[in-house]
Amino acid sequence: MNFTLRIWRQAASDTRGGFVTYAVEGVSPDISFLEMLDLLNDRLVLRGEDAIAFDHDCREGICGSCGFMVNGTAHGPLRRTTVCQSYMRHFRDGDTLVIEPFRSKAFPVIKDLVVDRSSFDGIMQAGGYISVRTGSAPEAHSILVPKLAADRAMDAAACIGCGACVGACPNASAMLFTAAKVSHLALLPQGQPERRQRVLRMVAAMEKLGFGACSNHGECEAVCPKGIGLEFIALLNRDYVRAGVTERVRPIESV
Amino acid sequence: MELDARIPSGPIEQKWVARRSELRLVSPGNKRKYRVIIVGTGLAGSSAAATLAQLGYDVHAFCYNDSPRRAHSIAAQGGINAAKNYQNDGDTVFRLFHDTIKGGDFRSREANVYRLAELSMAIIDQCVALGVPFAREYSGYLANRSFGGAQVSRTFYAHGQTGQQLLLATYSSLCHQAALGQVKLYPRREMLDLVVVEGRARGIVVRDMVGGEITSHPADAVVLATGGYGNVFFLSTNSKGGNVTATWRACRRGAFFANPCFTQVHPTCIPAAGDQQSKLTLMSESLRNDGRIWVPLKKGDTRRPSEIPEAERDYYLERKFPAYANLAPRDLSSRAAKEVCDEGRGVGPSGRGVYLDLADAIRRLGVDVIRERYGNLFEMYERITGADPCREPMCIYPAVHYTMGGLWVDYHLMSNVPGLYVIGEANFSDHGANRLGASAMMQALADGYFILPYTISDYLARVSPADRLPADHAAFRDAENEARARLQRLLAVNGRRTVDAFHRELGKLLWDQCGMSRNARGLRAALDRIPALREEFWQDVRVTGRSDDFNQTLEKAARVADFLEFAELMVYDALMREESCGVHFREEHQTAEGEAVRDDEHFAYVAAWEFAGEDRPPVLHREPLTFETVQPSKRSYT
Repeated sequence: MNFTLRIWRQAASDTRGGFVTYAVEGVSPDISFLEMLDLLNDRLVLRGEDAIAFDHDCREGICGSCGFMVNGTAHGPLRRTTVCQSYMRHFRDGDTLVIEPFRSKAFPVIKDLVVDRSSFDGIMQAGGYISVRTGSAPEAHSILVPKLAADRAMDAAACIGCGACVGACPNASAMLFTAAKVSHLALLPQGQPERRQRVLRMVAAMEKLGFGACSNHGECEAVCPKGIGLEFIALLNRDYVRAGVTERVRPIESV
Repeated sequence: MELDARIPSGPIEQKWVARRSELRLVSPGNKRKYRVIIVGTGLAGSSAAATLAQLGYDVHAFCYNDSPRRAHSIAAQGGINAAKNYQNDGDTVFRLFHDTIKGGDFRSREANVYRLAELSMAIIDQCVALGVPFAREYSGYLANRSFGGAQVSRTFYAHGQTGQQLLLATYSSLCHQAALGQVKLYPRREMLDLVVVEGRARGIVVRDMVGGEITSHPADAVVLATGGYGNVFFLSTNSKGGNVTATWRACRRGAFFANPCFTQVHPTCIPAAGDQQSKLTLMSESLRNDGRIWVPLKKGDTRRPSEIPEAERDYYLERKFPAYANLAPRDLSSRAAKEVCDEGRGVGPSGRGVYLDLADAIRRLGVDVIRERYGNLFEMYERITGADPCREPMCIYPAVHYTMGGLWVDYHLMSNVPGLYVIGEANFSDHGANRLGASAMMQALADGYFILPYTISDYLARVSPADRLPADHAAFRDAENEARARLQRLLAVNGRRTVDAFHRELGKLLWDQCGMSRNARGLRAALDRIPALREEFWQDVRVTGRSDDFNQTLEKAARVADFLEFAELMVYDALMREESCGVHFREEHQTAEGEAVRDDEHFAYVAAWEFAGEDRPPVLHREPLTFETVQPSKRSYT
C-alpha cells in the first residue's frame, strides 16, 4: 500500500513547528500504524534526516504511551483503539493522513508528535490513591465487593492515561481522565474514607495544571480507546458537589 | 570467588521468619538521611519505592517512560498467584512452592521459592486494600482461575488486564509518596552506568532523554528493577523500550549475571507476519482454561479448521500430558508446538502456527460467558489478525516473553556488589529454568513490598550516609565521560545500515541458535557471528541527530550496542550448560523419544558469569543448588 503523510515536525518545545509531507510506499496491510512510521523513519535516517519522534512502548494498547491526531481524530478513525493497534488494512490505499500531536496548554510539545503529559501525574499525585501502608492491609476477604461494583470500578480503572480525551476536547479538559480515577475508587468500599478529599483535590489540581473545564461536549468519550463513558463524569460532578458542601481541601497526609 | 547466597539455616518454614528477626534496622530518625536510588518503576520498582518512602528513606526513582505508570508490567494480562486456598481445592504454601520449583525444573533456590510462596497471600491483601478491582463472584468474594503447571485454581485476576491494575495500584502509592516529597521522580531518564567505588555501589549515571544531559546521582544503595532482556531477540512480546542496558552495565562493573540463557518462550502469542513487524503480541495463557490446542493429524492439511473432522485432529497437549492437558507448563507447551510445526503440521499463512480452539467451551458455556472472560483479548486478536476467535479457532505460536536469567542476587536480593540490589524480572532468583504463569507479578511484588524493604536496612545500617560520594567525584566524572564518548561514537559512525537492521539480524540469529532448541554447533556458529556483527555495527550503523536533544534513534542504538555485547554471554551460558532443563533444550541431551534429559550430577547449580573485559571470555562462577526439602525428580505432567 502507498500513503501520503503530512506530519507535524517541531524541533523542540520553544521552536515553531510545521507540516512536512512524506510519501511512504510499499507498506504491508498487516503492519500497524506505528510500524508504518518505523518504516518511514528507517528511510529518513538512511537519507541522513532526523527520525520523527513519537512516544510508544508496549504497542499492545495498554501502556498509554502512544497517541496523536490522525486526520483530526485522536488515535485515528478506529473506535476504541489506540493508534498502535490500528493496522494499515484499516486504511485505504492511497490515503493522505494528517498526523499531529495532541494540542493542549497542559501538554506542551517536546518534539514532533511527543507531548509532555506529566500534568496527568500531577492530578494523580493530588489524590488518586488509597493511603494504605504496605503491610497493614487486612485479609483480602474481609472486604467484600459486590460483583457489579467491582465490574463498574474496573470499567473506570481501564483508563490508560494516554491523553486522547484532552487532545480531543475543545476545552482541553482532563475531566474524563480525572473522572475515571475518581470513579474507580469511589465505586469500591476501600475508597470510601478518602472519597471526598480525593475528588476535591484532584479537581483542584486539574484546574491548577492548566486543563480547561468540561462542557459535556462528549468528544472525549468518542475517542477514548478504552471506552470510558461520560457517566463517570456525572459521578465525579455529583461527588464534587457533595464534597464541596461538607469539606474543605486539606493538605495531603502521610500514611 | 565463593558466592555466598546467605541462605538461613533451619527448616524451610522458619528461614524467612528467623532471618527477619536478625536483620539490622535503621532507626526512624535516621532513615531520611539515607538515599536509595531505584531504577525502573514497574511492579517491583514502584512497590519498593513506595514502601521505602513510607518507611522514611529518601527515595529517588528513575524510569525511561514519560510516567512511571507505563512500565511493561502494565501489559501482564492473566493474573497473579497466591496460595489462599479460597477454592478449597487443596492449595497450600508448600504446594505453590513445590509447583514453582518443579515448574522451574529444579534450577532455582529452595529457600527463595518457599519465601515467595509464603508472601503470596499478603500481596493479594495489599492489592485489595489499594483498590485493585479483582474479579469477584456475585457474593462479593474474590474469583480465581487456573494457570499452567498447577492443578489448583489460585490465580487472581482483573479481566485480562491484571498487570495494568496492579501497576496502577503500586503507581498510585508512588504518586502519594511523590506528593509528600518522600520520593523524587525522574521520568524520561535512562541509566547509562553504575558507579562502583571501593567495591560498593555508589550511584548511577543517567541521561535525560529530553535534553540529552548526562548527570550523576550518588546514593547509599542502588536498586535495579529494570525488567528482563527479552528484546535481545528483536521480536518479543516485551515493550519496545525494554532493554538490558542497566543490568549489562552493572555486569560490566562487576555484578555477576546468572543463567542468561534461560529465556522463556510463551506458547500462546499471535504468530509473526512479515518483515516489517516490530513486535509480537501475547494472548494470555488464561485462554488455555477454555481453549483446546490442536493441529491437523496429516501433514500439509490445507483445509479450513471447520472442515477438519474431530478424528483428523491432534489435540497434542491432551495426548502428551493427560494430567495437565492444555494447562501444561509453558516450556513444554511451546516446544510441543514447535515439534508439530517442524513435522509440517503447522497452520496459518507461514505454517508456524497451531489452533487454540474455544468451540467446545462456547458450546458448553455459551458465547456470552466466553466473551465476558476473554473479551478484551478477542478484540486485540481481531484488530491484529482480522479474525474473530468466537467464529474460528485462533492461530497462535510461541514467542519470547520473559527472562528467568538476570543479575545474580543472594537471599537478601543483593548482588555480589555490596549496595547493589536487584529485584523483579531483572534478577534471576525464583523461577529457575522456567517460570510458571501468574508468578512474575507475584515475584515482583514480593521483592518490592515484602523482601527488599527489610533486607536493604541490614545493609544501610552498616554504612554511613556521611560517606556518600559527591556527584563530582572522579568516579562519577569518568563514568559520565565514558557515556558521553560512547554516544558520540555512535553518532560519528555515519554508516549505511539502520539500528533496527542490526537488531533484527541479531534477533534472528539468537532465535535460530539460542531459542526453543539449541545445539553445540549452532551455538558455536552464533559465538563466531556475534562479535563480527558487533564489529559491523560499530562500522556501519547510521544514527542521525544530536546527543543533546530528544533522540530516539540514538537511544535505540545505545541499547542495541549493549544487546550485541550481552548476546554473547547468553550463548556462552547455553553452550556451557550441557543438559536440557526447562526452557533450555539442548538437542544433544534428549531421550530417543525426544524428552529433555536433565543432569543433576553436573549442572545443579546457578551459573553466575563475571565480565572479564572486552574480547575476553566471561568467567563462570557456580553456586551449587542444594535441595533439603524436595528431591529433584523428573518433571512429569502426564
